[in-house]
Amino acid sequence: MSKKILRNPRNAYGETLVKLGEKHDNLVVLDADLSKSTKTIMFAKKYPDRFFEMGIAEANMISVAAGLASTGKIPFASTFAVFATGRVYDQIRIDAAYSKANIKIFATHGGISVGKDGASHQMIEDIALMRVLPNMTVLAPSDYTQTGKIVENMATIKGPMYARIGRADAPIIYTKDYIQHLKIGQGMIVEEGTDATIIACGTMVDAAIDAHQILKKKNISTRIIDMHTIKPLDEKLILKSAKDTGNLVTVEEHSIIGGLGGAVAECLAEQYSKKPYTFSRMGIHDRFCESGEPKDLMEKYQLNAKHIAAKIERQLSS
Amino acid sequence: MINEKTINRLELSAVKARKHIIEMLYLAKSGHPGGSLSAVDAITALYFEHMNIDPKDLSDPDRDRFILSKGHAAPALYSVLALRGYFSVKELKKLRCIDSMLQGHPVCLYTPGVEASTGSLGHGLSFGVGVALSGMLDRKSYSVFVMMGDGETNEGQVWEAAASASHYKLGNLVACIDRNFLQIDGNTEEVLRLESIEDRWRSFGWQVIEINGHDFNEILQAYQQADQIKDKPTMIILNTVKGKGVSYMENNIDFHGVAPNEMEYNIAMEELNMVQKKLEGGNTLYE
Repeated sequence: MSKKILRNPRNAYGETLVKLGEKHDNLVVLDADLSKSTKTIMFAKKYPDRFFEMGIAEANMISVAAGLASTGKIPFASTFAVFATGRVYDQIRIDAAYSKANIKIFATHGGISVGKDGASHQMIEDIALMRVLPNMTVLAPSDYTQTGKIVENMATIKGPMYARIGRADAPIIYTKDYIQHLKIGQGMIVEEGTDATIIACGTMVDAAIDAHQILKKKNISTRIIDMHTIKPLDEKLILKSAKDTGNLVTVEEHSIIGGLGGAVAECLAEQYSKKPYTFSRMGIHDRFCESGEPKDLMEKYQLNAKHIAAKIERQLSS
Repeated sequence: MINEKTINRLELSAVKARKHIIEMLYLAKSGHPGGSLSAVDAITALYFEHMNIDPKDLSDPDRDRFILSKGHAAPALYSVLALRGYFSVKELKKLRCIDSMLQGHPVCLYTPGVEASTGSLGHGLSFGVGVALSGMLDRKSYSVFVMMGDGETNEGQVWEAAASASHYKLGNLVACIDRNFLQIDGNTEEVLRLESIEDRWRSFGWQVIEINGHDFNEILQAYQQADQIKDKPTMIILNTVKGKGVSYMENNIDFHGVAPNEMEYNIAMEELNMVQKKLEGGNTLYE
């Protein structure tokens, strides 16, 4: 495999906010004492008047964002995924989702690769929590380039949206030209294949691409889908892939309950009956994880290319 | 002092609003009379006198805003909005009915004039902080008014909002607490002590004004005083009576969330009609 170029998606978020700030003078940013980590500090430095430090008071931050949105501002509210969703579920439910407010919640530090901070900080339920809310769009960009493009889309498409990225640097998957084709609500086929489909989101897309290479050497051809939008879900592409390849696996740095895997399962169970197929979900199996080096955690909880490839092999031979 | 004609006009509007509250709750067979009746005078004063609003121009960026954080007092807001011309008073009869624009708790998407969706307590002050921040950023001259229940200030988020409002020196933000001393499980001081409520808000950096929440003279003067302070938010503690205006509902926690039955409805309307008649008599003296 060729050497990968690593870029941190959090920087893409900060840099894109700065860029958008110039274009949209009604774009405002809020943070809850984590601006250095979420990278909203880049915007704060460039546009101090339009940056609101809310302190460690996330509930207030979300409702304040709603108030700002009601006056025509485009508020981006940021903190870690664990605080941006579970802690403020009620505020998002009423002030953002129920009111169809134009609020953008952008969370960093999603998933278990947060690492050593432990399970209190490893958010593996956020996608499920946000997906169940009516009116919410739920996004999980996979690399630096895609993160920038998704942040641009969030600023221009009206309505409440939630996006989550991880903490760590991530290999670049897309070129700037390629990412221009991105559309919210449309999965991206990153690799073509005929034997099985791996549907991944966020941090797991790169691992899925590596799994594709591993399997290729064993003459197993896999289609890789980057499902950056978990809601609204690209059901058409899922059903097509079920038909084309007959075997599907979802991979996410999230609980297998209610997230990408849950969404795809619901789609297949209700809408696909053309011919027999196999399906399985990879992710965190209804448990809290633990402190550790990100790569050790991903190995232990079977969320890397090696384990994805093995899963596909087992599924195809069963 | 505010002139007597204005006071009389507001008292008349408030008694009409109270009649609508009773009628809509009676027809809906559910809802919250107690906290609607205690808050309605301060809301009436905003919409019929103090706020810069135009019911025909809902999206005027310079309008003053009112946010009913204690969303269960929706009947008070709905009746005032209808009387002020935001929508037909006929709609009031459909409160809590299927396909109605008047949901059990306010929703900004459905009801003209409703600025924020509320019902889960503790959000409204934060929402108001957001509107006020935006006004400050754009150098707008509008004011933001938020009505909270006293029990509502049990919610932790209220204090997050309180801190952020004074931190950002939001002189354009005015909050009111409907201090009727009653919440569902009993007296506020027995459920979760709030006193000294004045000291709490003052220590959070707010200007605090305490008034009789059923005296329009005091209410309007408090709003004017709030407008004069430019570098800090104002808290107006409205000393009120839960169920105000209907004898058997006053200070009676049983009418927090229970609608009047037919007999109760008739008694309430009789009492309110008498007040209205008296006020209308007073009104003719000026005309």
